[in-house]
Amino acid sequence: MSEGSVASQVAAKWRKKRGSLIMALHEIQDIKGYIPWDDAMEIAVGMNIPLARIYEVLTFYNFFKLEAPGKAVISVCTGTACYLKGNDKVLEEFKKELGIGEGESTADRMFHLQCVRCVGCCGLAPVCVVNGKTYGRVTPNDVRGILDEWRNKLADDKE
Amino acid sequence: MADANIDKRFDIHEIAKEKNKDLERFDCNVYICHSTGCKSSGSDDIIDIVKSALADHDLEGQVRIVPTGCMGLCAQGPLMRVEIKGQKDVLYKRLEPLVARMIVTEHIAPALKLKEGEPFEIPEFLAQHVLSLDLPFFTKQEKVVLKDAGHLDPEDIQEYIAHGGYLALEKVLKTMKPEDVVQEIKKSGLRGRGGGGFSTGMKWEIAAKTPTVDEKFIICNGDEGDPGAYMDRSILEGNPHAVIEGMMIAAYAIGATEGWFYVRAEYPLAVERLEKAIKACKKTRLLGNNIMGTDFCFNIDIRLGAGAFVCGEETALIHSIEGKRGTPRPRPPYPTDKGLWGKPSCVNNVETLGNIPTIILKGADWFASFGTETSKGTKVFALTGQVEHSGLIEVPMGTTIREIVEEIGGGVPNGKQLKAVQTGGPSGGVIPLEYMDLPVCYEELKKVGSIMGSGGMIVMDETANMVNIANFYLDFTVDESCGKCAPCRIGGKQMLLLLEKINKGKGTKQDIADLKRIATAMQKASLCGLGQTAPNPVLSTLKFYENEYLEKVGEGKKDNSEAEEK
Repeated sequence: MSEGSVASQVAAKWRKKRGSLIMALHEIQDIKGYIPWDDAMEIAVGMNIPLARIYEVLTFYNFFKLEAPGKAVISVCTGTACYLKGNDKVLEEFKKELGIGEGESTADRMFHLQCVRCVGCCGLAPVCVVNGKTYGRVTPNDVRGILDEWRNKLADDKE
Repeated sequence: MADANIDKRFDIHEIAKEKNKDLERFDCNVYICHSTGCKSSGSDDIIDIVKSALADHDLEGQVRIVPTGCMGLCAQGPLMRVEIKGQKDVLYKRLEPLVARMIVTEHIAPALKLKEGEPFEIPEFLAQHVLSLDLPFFTKQEKVVLKDAGHLDPEDIQEYIAHGGYLALEKVLKTMKPEDVVQEIKKSGLRGRGGGGFSTGMKWEIAAKTPTVDEKFIICNGDEGDPGAYMDRSILEGNPHAVIEGMMIAAYAIGATEGWFYVRAEYPLAVERLEKAIKACKKTRLLGNNIMGTDFCFNIDIRLGAGAFVCGEETALIHSIEGKRGTPRPRPPYPTDKGLWGKPSCVNNVETLGNIPTIILKGADWFASFGTETSKGTKVFALTGQVEHSGLIEVPMGTTIREIVEEIGGGVPNGKQLKAVQTGGPSGGVIPLEYMDLPVCYEELKKVGSIMGSGGMIVMDETANMVNIANFYLDFTVDESCGKCAPCRIGGKQMLLLLEKINKGKGTKQDIADLKRIATAMQKASLCGLGQTAPNPVLSTLKFYENEYLEKVGEGKKDNSEAEEK
């Protein structure tokens, strides 16, 4: 399957349905991890929506990424419960360990660090999520272990 | 099944009968919490282990494993409830793989061999994992919306039907006129649970009376964006069919042709369960044409949010479903007049719709027997922060904050003192210690400068600095402001700059006065609820804890050290 066909298939699936632009963009990001320019272009053609309108939407919503993120996306919850229980210190530790800031990826494209508002696991605060796996009651001391776990996992996947 | 009588397969009474027969085969039900919280603590592994341990003991035919929605006490997860015929239920907390296996070998297996009525003594090494069901956390609650969450498999429509599901829909479709449904809900006194507190019955009445040439929509607002709140997620994960049934009843009452769920993309499990539930409804012919053999035709679709807090505002939400930027527009016209694609639309919150089936079945009077004069029924809260039993709770309106925090929540841990409780998220305010005996209802909370909100309740202990808290919330709303109107876009930013200045110890008394002035302007001039309520956390902390602000500005730079601490 060529790069472009994903977007054209998605466009074909959603073209006839109402209010479907955001759903189509979600599908592309689910598959590719972000919304590449070419895919946005194909959606524009396939769904008959001006490219400017697509970028208007892409840049409005926090969820959409315009650049390829690292393989493991680390989401640190900055909701109120997590804030009260000191997740800011966990975030600092991730920044220090990875040497990157919020919303950035490491040079080797291994990790992407982002803040999310609330993942709804407040009972386990402070919480962070890595590629869908949730870690509860995280302390700054756990950070290195979490990173190592994912480094190993990503290395295994390669093999 | 034989195709002698096709209709039988879609008759909910037949389905319930079959399912109940099936369920009676089991002597023991093991309910394992399978919501986001407990899944994060490892409940998937626990399910596998219990399964294999049951197989080892040849108990698969006798014991049923039920993955359920939220049981409430998220902080103690993974949770598992063992229900054996003729014996008292036992709830286990903080399960680990080894413990889960031991529960099968040392509790379930021997207990099943006992004669009926013979009591079973839990072995001592398991007793430390037992969570007493007599805790005020469980006994002080009153569950209406959450009554089935934790008691049934949310992914099994037959089980929901066996629990009396879709009976309310049947009652409505077969015995009530749409006007009767509207009147019943109006009489119940149910008010919008998303925080607005507008009478649901009244909203339906307006929507029902709005004429339309072709379409009318019912929309479920599941864009729960308040940081520290997860009521709607838990309801959708724990019992999606109740919300769907509520939406179908609403659709019948107002004459809607199509329903839309708008759910946050950050809640993948809730979305997945909702998708499965809708699919199951279509298969059981509870959605589609001529539902239950009547003239009622209805379909439901899901649209996802994409991480914008402002989309919880109904006009912004409608723009987002249409595939546009989620910016609000002035009201009127209200969505009930001009909503989705310009057609009349009624927007209801997840919890509001979740209440509907029970109100229809048990009656408006029953529902109105809970609560206060003006706030009826129950309210679900996400009780979080510095509290012993953090979790999801449901209490009758009118319960005092003290009862919630100290009895149900078990108070503040680590020997610290309670300082304040925050409700309403970034749109709400703090409630100081002297108001702990305030009953929870729309009016009372407003009187002290907070709001009911959607149900976030955050407990703060003595270490919380109120200027920092105000800073935290304002930082959130400034970030989430859509930028359409100037009061919110500029006012919020200026307030945040002042707060940061004060927090750094560089502020003056004039800055505090300016904060108040900008706040008033924002409240009056902002386009939507986000901007109008954004100053609330600042104003309410200023009202009750002005001394903390004064401390920071009083001596100028001297307080630099304090600004560092959390």
